[in-house]
Amino acid sequence: MKTLKKAALAMAVVWSAGFAHAVELNFWSFRVEDKAFYDQIAKDYKKISGDDVKFQPYKNTEYPAVLSAALASGAGPDIIHTRAYGGLSNLSDAGYLVPVSAKTIPALAKFNSHALDGARGYKDPFNKDYFGVPATSQSLGIMVNKAILEKNGVTEMPKTWDEFKALCKTLKSKGVTPLANGSKDAPILEQMFGVVGPNFYGGTEYFNDVKSGKRNFNDAGFVKAIEETVALKEFMPPNAMGIGENESRSLFAMGGAAFFMTGTWNIDTVKELNTKIELDMVAAPPLKAGAKPYMATFADANYSINANSKNKDAALKFLNYLASKEYGQKLVDELRQPSAVPDTRSTDKVVNNVGEQTQKYGTPFLMLVGFRYQNPNGSVLLRDGMQKLVQGNGTAQQLAADIQTGLATWHKPFQK
Amino acid sequence: MNPKKLWITLFVAPGVFLMAVFMLLPAASALGYSLFEWNAFTMGKFVGLDNFYRLFGSVYRGQFFAALSHNVLTFLAVITVQNGLALALALALYRRPWGFKFFRGTVFLPVILSLVITGYLWELFLHPLFGPLTKLAMGALHLENFAPLGDSDLALPTAIIISIWRNVGFPTLVFLAGMNAIPDDLYRAAEIDGASEWSVFRHITLPLLGPSFTIVLILSFIGAMEWFDLPYVIGGPTGNPGNALDTLALMFYRLSFGDGSAAVTDVGLGAAVSVVLFTLVLLGSRLGANYLRKREVQMS
Repeated sequence: MKTLKKAALAMAVVWSAGFAHAVELNFWSFRVEDKAFYDQIAKDYKKISGDDVKFQPYKNTEYPAVLSAALASGAGPDIIHTRAYGGLSNLSDAGYLVPVSAKTIPALAKFNSHALDGARGYKDPFNKDYFGVPATSQSLGIMVNKAILEKNGVTEMPKTWDEFKALCKTLKSKGVTPLANGSKDAPILEQMFGVVGPNFYGGTEYFNDVKSGKRNFNDAGFVKAIEETVALKEFMPPNAMGIGENESRSLFAMGGAAFFMTGTWNIDTVKELNTKIELDMVAAPPLKAGAKPYMATFADANYSINANSKNKDAALKFLNYLASKEYGQKLVDELRQPSAVPDTRSTDKVVNNVGEQTQKYGTPFLMLVGFRYQNPNGSVLLRDGMQKLVQGNGTAQQLAADIQTGLATWHKPFQK
Repeated sequence: MNPKKLWITLFVAPGVFLMAVFMLLPAASALGYSLFEWNAFTMGKFVGLDNFYRLFGSVYRGQFFAALSHNVLTFLAVITVQNGLALALALALYRRPWGFKFFRGTVFLPVILSLVITGYLWELFLHPLFGPLTKLAMGALHLENFAPLGDSDLALPTAIIISIWRNVGFPTLVFLAGMNAIPDDLYRAAEIDGASEWSVFRHITLPLLGPSFTIVLILSFIGAMEWFDLPYVIGGPTGNPGNALDTLALMFYRLSFGDGSAAVTDVGLGAAVSVVLFTLVLLGSRLGANYLRKREVQMS
């Protein structure tokens, strides 16, 4: 009996010791659609570390309010799924996030510098530090339903922008909806601008010029980029004004339109909605045949540590896992999105194809990468303004002037 | 203190306490917040009226007045269409028609629905791809396009109609209660004097509904000026499409907490909007109440 008691006591000690170090990490996110993936990651991580990760997503439009209320009261989760660029610096510059580096997360040393820029603070001295592990890298392009094109005698994508528009006209005349994009959700218009615009304003060169203040948003190329994007409304589906991103995606996936201008984050959903779809994703054709096209790209989301977390060591350990190749590969395989972790490769042809195009033709997604750091932010000015233009209110020139005026209130190079 | 006053104080104190904690304190805090610069949700340096100058400066002025105009249009639609309809419904119910109890319940039923549910329900009715009303409009009426919630000219009127559909039951019941409180003697006297039905309504019912009108109009004003839920459900934090559904409360929310994907906050500016909104509601309801009470017919 004594032996039995001793054995039970020993087991209890071992059991309690085993769990004494186990920590429960709270992980908040705006990715409701990825809950199953992160729940699986939590299970995988539990096996490695013994720590529990509780994933709690919130609707993306409500996430900032929920998170801000928690952070303002000194609470909040241990791990915060932060956005990139201004969405992150808004929190990091106020001291809500723990800085990270290659010293604390060695894998960061191999990350692409563009991906890390999305995790950087904005104001001095926060702009010298990173505040998260980059999650994904997204690109914007034209999704193509190859079956619809083949059915209409089109075997290859147009070589120029004019040819693309001519093809859209031909498809429309045959009763095929060329573009699945609707205009109800303003962000989708900014995404369309990201696909179409760089050809007209001049991609990365223009981005660098407006960042440095050498040029501004009254530039003729920028105005033309808005006009060309808005002009695509003639190729949108009937009732486009009432069609948001979800409806656009469903319409395209179910074969209701030939093209869908969107980002790589929609590849997985489109393929899940229609497993038989013959999908491709390409950059918008350039203005002249043979010229270099552009594919707008940006770091999308980071994993950060709450400065008020009581489990910083465990959180840092988890972030090291999220920066590992093992995790990056899981993300690529399961979410069919390009991971920010280097040397990860998808088995999905479309994802890889976009990755290769981004390598060759990548250019910063103008407003998100450069002008979302303070209010009024460039994205909101552009997308809300374009929505008004699509509805027939205002001119592209006036919108460009409004964007310039708005951004000049905080973008210092415009104040000189 | 005599026992009567003590009892009154005891009964009033909890209400005053709750009012102070949940109304006055937040309002005073918002005023304080609006005078500071904010770094995300951390208070920065004192900037005086700078946030108010920014609010009425060239960048935000247009947005502010557009949002305010949507609140005012909503108020006008509510006091005319919603309350007119409510008065007509109350009159009809007052006559106790066949199935009176059923109709009274039916009129009030949408009021108990959450506004969020109401919003989603109507989004489904008006869904651009499969909404039954969309199919009806495009099929039976042969319209080429029908997407009122995505059309910047139609989104606000549509949202107002949805709001009226949902809320009309409340003023109906207030008016009905007011009508039931009018003494029958007055109607009998008018009948003996040979007054017409219109005359009875014009000179007895309508004036004696004064207190009901005061309640309904003041609540309509406050509700319209602080309108947030339905525009948010339909149009998100920016009041899509093209800010057509933007209201002052939505503008406050957007500036204070960010607008979803572009999650950049400006708590100081948001607080300035809330202070202006609070002032407008306070002054409007106070002046309105004073004016309406003077016009009320005192029943002795």
